Amino acid sequence: MAQLKGWKEIPIGGMILEAGNAVEYLTGGWRAFRPVRGEAACTHCFQCWLFCPDSCILVDAENEKMLGFNLEHCKGCGICAAVCPVNAQVRRKAEQELDRDDPRLCIRIIEEGQAEE
Amino acid sequence: MATKLTPKELAKNVERLTPGHRLCAGCGASIIVRQMLAAIDEPVVIANATGCLEVATTIYPYTAWRVPWIHNAFENAASTISGVEAAYRSMVRQGKIPEQNIKFLAFGGDGGTYDIGLQALSGAVERGHQFLYVCYDNGAYMNTGIQRSSATPLGAHTTTSPAGKVVPGKQQHRKDLTAIMAAHNIPYVAQAAPSKWRDLMEKTRKAVNCGGAAFMNVLSSCNRGWRHNTDETIEITQLAVDCCYWPLFEVENGEWRLSYTPKEKRPVEDWLKRQGRFRHLFRPENRYLIDVMQKEVDRRWEHLLRLCGAA
Amino acid sequence: MSTFEALAGNEAVATAMRQIDPDVVAAYPITPQTSTVQKFADFVADGLVTTEFVTVESEHSAMSACVGASAAGARVMTATAANGLALMWEIVYIAASSRLPIVMSLVNRALSGPINIHCDHSDVMGMRDAGWIILFSENGQEAYDNLIQAVRIAEHPDVLLPVAVCQDGFITSHGMERVEIYDDADVKAFVGSYQPQWSLLDLQNPMTYGPLDFYDYYYEHKRQQVAAMEKAPEVILAVAAAFNRQFNRDYGMFESYRLGDAEVAVVVANSAAGTAKVVVDQLREEGLKVGLLKPRVFRPFPAQEMSAALRHVKAVAVMDRAISFGAMNNAGPLFLEIAAALALHGERMPIADYVFGLGGRDILPGEIESVYRDMFRAAESGRVEQMVTYLSVRE
Repeated sequence: MAQLKGWKEIPIGGMILEAGNAVEYLTGGWRAFRPVRGEAACTHCFQCWLFCPDSCILVDAENEKMLGFNLEHCKGCGICAAVCPVNAQVRRKAEQELDRDDPRLCIRIIEEGQAEE
Repeated sequence: MATKLTPKELAKNVERLTPGHRLCAGCGASIIVRQMLAAIDEPVVIANATGCLEVATTIYPYTAWRVPWIHNAFENAASTISGVEAAYRSMVRQGKIPEQNIKFLAFGGDGGTYDIGLQALSGAVERGHQFLYVCYDNGAYMNTGIQRSSATPLGAHTTTSPAGKVVPGKQQHRKDLTAIMAAHNIPYVAQAAPSKWRDLMEKTRKAVNCGGAAFMNVLSSCNRGWRHNTDETIEITQLAVDCCYWPLFEVENGEWRLSYTPKEKRPVEDWLKRQGRFRHLFRPENRYLIDVMQKEVDRRWEHLLRLCGAA
Repeated sequence: MSTFEALAGNEAVATAMRQIDPDVVAAYPITPQTSTVQKFADFVADGLVTTEFVTVESEHSAMSACVGASAAGARVMTATAANGLALMWEIVYIAASSRLPIVMSLVNRALSGPINIHCDHSDVMGMRDAGWIILFSENGQEAYDNLIQAVRIAEHPDVLLPVAVCQDGFITSHGMERVEIYDDADVKAFVGSYQPQWSLLDLQNPMTYGPLDFYDYYYEHKRQQVAAMEKAPEVILAVAAAFNRQFNRDYGMFESYRLGDAEVAVVVANSAAGTAKVVVDQLREEGLKVGLLKPRVFRPFPAQEMSAALRHVKAVAVMDRAISFGAMNNAGPLFLEIAAALALHGERMPIADYVFGLGGRDILPGEIESVYRDMFRAAESGRVEQMVTYLSVRE
């Protein structure tokens, strides 16, 4: 929490003049589960970017590469893994139902605090 | 030139809603906002009705908005943005500020749109202000703890339409707000869902370029109210589309057009059984409600097909 | 060059609005304000203003659109009365706390119920804690003059608060009077152009208006509103002085009429003050030392100045066109403020309240005269016979 300011130090009328300063508020601590990029080849399709409710998919837009997750803010909802077309393909090919943390998945969801590998 | 509607191209633009907002994990509302704002290349100015999206994105002294944004009250996002738009038009006409091709948007939940804000919305679109009103419809007053709204589906358990020993959840069908807005004969009205993101984005573009008032009703899953896992948001949204509870269509200058026909129209039960808010409907004494709902979904779907000339 | 015209109060107000030529007007018709918006609609239709006139579907939307437009950096005005103001209520507070310099013409009318379309002050008294600057007007001239001054008061960088300018429904709003209408160019020059410090349309500096404010900052924002109210009197008087220089009409926080050597005084606002002046003149002819204090600025309330102006009188009667139900002795709001002001500034003369004119009930000179005569008795005995009197109500 930032230092609380006095009434003479803040803009009037409740205005917030620093657009997008919510990035300073870290919501990553909410997370019970964490997304991890698995071994399967990411096709950099950006579907996860498209559906993330928290704008937490890190991409190199110019080079069109998916880089990973903004874990300072990611709340661990798991939508990225649910919409991942590579995940869907891996699941279709698998003989049995795969767990969310199956290492064959492109994006897998593990419990927060669990080791990634 | 307009940005191509591909994720890779869209990702090259600046993200207008930052991380650090405090919507619940897996919320549908921010997915909708991100997709819609990504589809608009022009500058935007936004009014937001009181609701989840509003409170969670602007908890003082933080704002998740990188674009100009105003919240006034619960029922008046439409009249607020009409004032902003009128100010813009007036000052541009007088040469006080430059023309900047600003797109004006208002976001409200179903509570702020179907219910308490309906009058202000009706008035603002009738006056013909150039703006797009977006209802993110999660089917209840989720912000205050899941109370029923006129958008709540039949039979749904909410905290003011609880599934009790005698009354099995909400007793009425959902109000057809999209049709009500179409009856205003404004240039553009559409129903959409974030699971069909390209359709949502194309509709957004049509809406903000229609030259008048536009309305979009967008299905927004709330995993807290609907009772499903946080990662099922998109899948369950698409089930609503595929069972035709939430058909995708548009009404452009009075012409009704179906945007999507499911390959196989799923039974509404497939959508209901995935959500805890309908769990009680699967008890033998309540199952008749599923039939009632199916009949109503079918009736509305057939009616929509006729309107779209697709029957 | 100014001209003298026979105008109803609402026409005078609409004329001021034409001359001010705000960027946006959002209003909804309501008796007895209606002729203001009708007249203004004529100006729009005839191209005499550049205003974007937003003909909303309710007063709630009127104030909501005003908030949106003002946040967008526009000069914004509206007009309403009674139930219309009540419907705006929620947004009346939001306008003030968002620090938006919206100017409202308020045609005072009784609040329902039962429904009544005629004058009293129950409408404005409800907004007294909302954070608006509130000005009273005795007649059409003052309603016109106050509205012009209101623009500069509201938009002053040290203030940035909305301003409501009151006039009495029907009595003033529809009463035809001689009004001096100033030269269009002089009015335009006086109000100047609005240079907003912030605007929602500033795309280079995107701002957030109206966030969720918790216990950590809400109180600080309220304290800022107090600071603006504290600054307001200085600005109101400076604007009045400039107005006097330009248009040769003198305004202060209130008007003292033959009060300097008065032994007893009546305090009454808006049109009834005009009637009271006639009574003062008549009683003065009889050799009775009576005076009048006519509030102009009700918010911020000039407690100290009013106490000083009344210090020498031996008894004070406050006349209230509203009741604060359940308040001390079921008195009127003006009385409560003035009684508190006098007491806190150490004045101990007898003071009584006379509620009058509710729902448009006439107030006659004879009744005001009886109030003065009561006050002479109170001055002599050192106490009032009755703290609150409901004038001319039938038993």
